[in-house]
Amino acid sequence: MRLTVNGIDHEIEVEPDMPLLWLLRDELGLTGPKYGCGVSACGACTVHLDGFAVRSCQILAGDIDGSDVLTIEGLGTPDNPHPVQQAWIEEQVAQCGYCQSGQIMQAVDLLNTTPNPTDEDIDAIMAGNLCRCATYPRIRAAIRRAAGAEGA
Amino acid sequence: MASIGKIARRTFLVGSAAIAGGVAFGVYAYRRDPENPLLADLPEGSVAITPYVRIDADGVTLITPRAEVGQGVTSIQAHLLAEELDVDPHAVRTDPGPASGAYYNAKIAAEGMPFAAWDEGLVSRTGRGAGAVVGKFIGLHITGGSTTVPDGYEKLRLAGASARETLKQAAAARLGVDIADLRTENGTVIPPTGDPIPYTDLAAEAAALDPVDAPLRDPSEWRALGKPMRRTDIVEKSTGTARYGVDIDLPDMLHATVVTNPTLGGGVVSMDTAEAEAMPGIVGVHPITDGAAVVANNTWRAIKAARAIQIDFGTPDLPQDNAAFRALHDAAFTEDSRDSRFTDDGDVDTATGTAFEATYAVPFLHHAPLEPANATVRYTPEHTDIWTATQIPTFVVQQVAAITGQSEDQITLHNLQSGGSFGHRLEALWINQAAEIALNHPGRPIRLTWSREEDMTHPFLRPMAVARGRGTTEDGQVTSLDLSIAAQSVTESQMGRLNQPAVGPDVMIVAAAWDAPYAIPNQRVTGHRVPATVPVSSWRSVGASHNGFFYDVLLDELIHQAGADPVTERLRLMHHEPSRKVLETVADMADWQGPQPSQGVGRGVAFTFAFGVPCAQIIQVEDTPRGLRLTDLWIAAEVGRVLDPINIEAQLSGGALYGLGHAMLAEITHSDGVIEQQNFDTYESLRIYHTPRIQVRALGSGGPIRGAGEPGLPPAAAALSNAIFAATGQRLREMPFAHHVDFA
Repeated sequence: MRLTVNGIDHEIEVEPDMPLLWLLRDELGLTGPKYGCGVSACGACTVHLDGFAVRSCQILAGDIDGSDVLTIEGLGTPDNPHPVQQAWIEEQVAQCGYCQSGQIMQAVDLLNTTPNPTDEDIDAIMAGNLCRCATYPRIRAAIRRAAGAEGA
Repeated sequence: MASIGKIARRTFLVGSAAIAGGVAFGVYAYRRDPENPLLADLPEGSVAITPYVRIDADGVTLITPRAEVGQGVTSIQAHLLAEELDVDPHAVRTDPGPASGAYYNAKIAAEGMPFAAWDEGLVSRTGRGAGAVVGKFIGLHITGGSTTVPDGYEKLRLAGASARETLKQAAAARLGVDIADLRTENGTVIPPTGDPIPYTDLAAEAAALDPVDAPLRDPSEWRALGKPMRRTDIVEKSTGTARYGVDIDLPDMLHATVVTNPTLGGGVVSMDTAEAEAMPGIVGVHPITDGAAVVANNTWRAIKAARAIQIDFGTPDLPQDNAAFRALHDAAFTEDSRDSRFTDDGDVDTATGTAFEATYAVPFLHHAPLEPANATVRYTPEHTDIWTATQIPTFVVQQVAAITGQSEDQITLHNLQSGGSFGHRLEALWINQAAEIALNHPGRPIRLTWSREEDMTHPFLRPMAVARGRGTTEDGQVTSLDLSIAAQSVTESQMGRLNQPAVGPDVMIVAAAWDAPYAIPNQRVTGHRVPATVPVSSWRSVGASHNGFFYDVLLDELIHQAGADPVTERLRLMHHEPSRKVLETVADMADWQGPQPSQGVGRGVAFTFAFGVPCAQIIQVEDTPRGLRLTDLWIAAEVGRVLDPINIEAQLSGGALYGLGHAMLAEITHSDGVIEQQNFDTYESLRIYHTPRIQVRALGSGGPIRGAGEPGLPPAAAALSNAIFAATGQRLREMPFAHHVDFA
């Protein structure tokens, strides 16, 4: 199968029922997307598939031939973070950090479709992303900060 | 050195032993202290000044031995060292260092003893001092009990100062100048004339010197401590570049998972692994303790094959369901099961007034950090390497050495940060399993990852606990409070897994209840030990996680019966000035005017004293057509000194929210002896839409410095229960609250 990941084309031979999450992690070595539950209950594996946030643990390799995938590694880098990542840094959102790749990918999708989200929009769209450290107050603050920065 | 058994017994005979032994407080001298473990593998041209500062040609590395599990301790340890060493903590490396008794935790043993942290009398001080001595003797390299800052506050700054002065001494010798004419800045020694000398240039010369003991700077001179800090790991954790145990990638590595008996020690009756062995990418299927391991070339292939193993587990004689567990607790309120009665003031049996009584209960809970349990082990007959995140490095080395049949100096632990813990990384079962698997593949790293289902059904549980409370009120005042608490002993269970003795009563059964700083004239707190069944563990704030709820809701019920105001009556009863200040502060923050500010809106206040920290919270809930909504949470706490206001806010609010989410939604239940919750769809968790607005005020009014990872949790569930009562008239005495009310 063919897959474009973070702008790089790959030819990959894997079983069609392998979830995208494990293709990314164990075949391509992209460890930003995290395994938390495997059943779409935590959001730690969130990536963008053809421009939209998905739970990569629920996307099967056989269904996405020719698709375009963006992971946290392709969003920005420590030296050149995406504005949403910069907001996450400024607000010091992370505690253990394990869920934050998924939170950030979900937040980018939210801001792509809703550039100035209300608190209700944030709560609704981020509802599926679990943070066991409960960094939610700062997730809200970082999304508001990023919305302001992107609107400016 | 005395045997561990002797020392452990002495912890409960502290008065005489500690005074006779002449315990020294607050003095820490690196020249007298345990061997520096960094010297063992130190390359030529490098220096390790104290066990905390390593310098080579590539740069400065700060050793931060307390485990980073999200609570920010890597950053605060680095800042404590850097403040005296004069380096930028963001510009140098940090490393957790090796497993070593040199990194003993002097504070953690002190917390296990029945001396209230608010009591600074002689017996308390000598008692806690004896705890510090024990911690040092048995080399507890351990992270927990909110002790990283209390334990490291002096020790790490002294290490930084020692390294700085030693480097200055090396520079003084090289330049032939007086050391008093040298100063340090940003990783360099600055001479009176000429260019600054980078510390890295002085490593070889400093290596030849004995470390210098140096006095600490006055806090008024601090540049970073006490001001808002940026966490040293914040950029990597915001860009997906932070590496956890599940991300380890080594040459020739294989991926593994396990399927084991959901009851520890239950064994295997029979298993058929033929189908699993024939699946794609499978390298091997091996029997291990209590089950089987699958080794593959990809984690998902291993998990898929593990599900194809047909396995018949043994069934130990244990309670099979929640009713059976509850019955064990209900039967434990007897004289025979009494574990402790540290508080017995006045006479609760003859106190006059209107009587009240009620029963309270909390369920088993899982720590459930989001990163599943994992460990990577590479075994060779000569040496074994472990890559994992653990809060008990020296114990892990001991246990793996026992499995591989090697000596401890043949084992190297590479400690990693963890994707959460909440106490989970004080356990090590999965590390032992990885070592067992690795014995089958010498020379190849085995990365074991538990599936979420394996993780959820093999927890080390926050114990179920049941409390019986009663009391009396008269003339608008609370006149007696009598609380009996029944739970399994976490200390007995956990120390047993570490092959350590646990002697005497378990203070954790009554923590934050027996030492609540209220001068109720007739007061008694009794602990009852429930017989050990399932393994129980230190879940964020340990005994205080249930007792903050039991004690404070009982007190709230008594205050309501007395017709008094919840804040005013608590303040009247409090005998500890810092606790009064914290409660007054939170009432001020929330503009407290009583528990019912308007129709359908309720406010609850709660206070606990845990881990030496008085913490008060007020929660406001609104009764809406869609269910109860938490609108606001105010938190005040006294920590002695605030080193980083940003992280303290994160920890106090995170602790409170972790407590609230579990109180509202979560429980672990058993059916046919097996845990019913398999994943986060049934083990529910706080979500962003549950989260109220939060204001935190951390006070630093002097006194002993305290940690903040746990103290935010204990009052939260009580404050919520009290608020729901104010809003609806319904009193919630058993968790999870969602069994009784709907949340929006």
